[in-house]
Amino acid sequence: MNRLSLSEIVSLAEQENRSLSGLIKERESADTGVSIEELTDKMKKMYEIMLEVYQQGVESDNRSVSGLTGGEGWRLMKYIHDAKSGGIYAEAAARAMGISNINASMGRIVAAPTAGSCGIIPGCLITLAREHGKSSDEVVDCLFTAAYIGKVIAENASLSGAEGGCQAECGSAAAMAAGAGVELCGGTPKQVSHAVAFALKAVMGLVCDPVAGLVESPCIKRNGFGAVQALLSVDMALAGIESVIPADEVILAMNEVGRVMPVSMKETAEGGIAAAPTGRKIAEYLQNSGACCPKRYK
Amino acid sequence: MPPKRQPKTDIVVKIMNLFEIIGPVMTGPSSSHTAGAVRIGNAALNLFGKKPEEAVIKLYNSFSKTGKGHGTDKALIAGLLGFAPDDVRIINASREAENAGLKISVEFMGNNPDYHANTAEIILYHGSEKMVVLGKSIGGGRIVITQVDGYETKYTGEYHGLMTIHDDVPGVVSVVTGCLAQMGVNIAFMRMYRKRKGSKVMMIIDTDNPIPPAVKDILSNNRHIYKTVILPRNEDEE
Repeated sequence: MNRLSLSEIVSLAEQENRSLSGLIKERESADTGVSIEELTDKMKKMYEIMLEVYQQGVESDNRSVSGLTGGEGWRLMKYIHDAKSGGIYAEAAARAMGISNINASMGRIVAAPTAGSCGIIPGCLITLAREHGKSSDEVVDCLFTAAYIGKVIAENASLSGAEGGCQAECGSAAAMAAGAGVELCGGTPKQVSHAVAFALKAVMGLVCDPVAGLVESPCIKRNGFGAVQALLSVDMALAGIESVIPADEVILAMNEVGRVMPVSMKETAEGGIAAAPTGRKIAEYLQNSGACCPKRYK
Repeated sequence: MPPKRQPKTDIVVKIMNLFEIIGPVMTGPSSSHTAGAVRIGNAALNLFGKKPEEAVIKLYNSFSKTGKGHGTDKALIAGLLGFAPDDVRIINASREAENAGLKISVEFMGNNPDYHANTAEIILYHGSEKMVVLGKSIGGGRIVITQVDGYETKYTGEYHGLMTIHDDVPGVVSVVTGCLAQMGVNIAFMRMYRKRKGSKVMMIIDTDNPIPPAVKDILSNNRHIYKTVILPRNEDEE
């Protein structure tokens, strides 16, 4: 079986002068026997839920089930007018973290591509859409592009932190968001693949080291960073910067890095900050006292 | 001739559609520890074939270690109540169980090296009936039920299906498959499990179409068939 590649669909889109999302919808419809209208409706529903979730996420504290985290997205959104980095980066990060907060508090989210990385794609795309007046339909189209990029990564590497570290989970989400963001902003299919490469290279080697094994620390903040990374990748690609290494090769390299990454740093909570003294203390505390640790576990 | 090499696993990996990448819609925080746990509960409920009055849930390995923070216990209870992984009531599953008259106890068992990292054992009771189900969550919300009452199984809940318990004698399988054929039901996969020759056989059939309720009535009349359970497919599988 020929593995999916980005270069194949990008050159086809360039040749036929078509959008990536248009080609992708056609392909998905042919593969699944579901009409393009039905596929689009289903993706619309995903986007509607993303919009709902981000609203909840930045509106209030949303403590996690364990009590370890909460309010990251809300706090940053409250502060947004004072943001020193320019509003849009902080806004994207606030949305991404807010969605991630909802996930950690057992709210309903859209896995994109996973639950642990669910804030990055909506954080980036909702922010771009609002900033540049893009319609919901345009964003929905670009979600197909994001999904296809994810599928290429899934077939050639992995989307799971347990298999490939955080680079495979939050890194892939950022790459999907970056590629979709380029299309949303009117970039070419080639620029989409450059943005994918940038975002993945930015976190090549990033380990998955969740404190106490929970999808909270550092995951929530990494969702914020992932959204920002995606935005910068979009601008770099639109500016005409090119990736020295093609996206498909970056994906394979990411897979190889994930393969040799120690198991202690692949979602086992035995390495990275999970193994730091405070990380261990928190894990021990949670195991002994169950959920809802008080704010001061130290 | 050398024996044919066994495939590493015979869990059928379906081609990923794009909504497995953007999606599913689920209750957080973890596809393996929350969504998958709901599915294990769903599968146990399906196999039991009726509402249990009491359930004992035992968590092992990573499920035991990080289960509270991931809401794995709540997710399993929700699954036993028939909730889907995107149900917003999962977080209140314990109260929902109380309201539904389902008595629950949860035990965090620590490590068991014989089991998969994300393993749950569920013991269900209804009157004098009892069923022990062992399931593992293998990532992305997908699960496999690996044991039912001591029979080694590979049930995933991703298809419509039928479970029968019957005598280990010639002809029973053809009665069951014949009945399905008559009803126009196509079989996708079929597996039989027995503890030893002559012991009762458990058969789980995955089918492409839903199984008409009449199948249960027809098969229940066969003197070699002791139990017939129609297994619904996970709601959002397509």
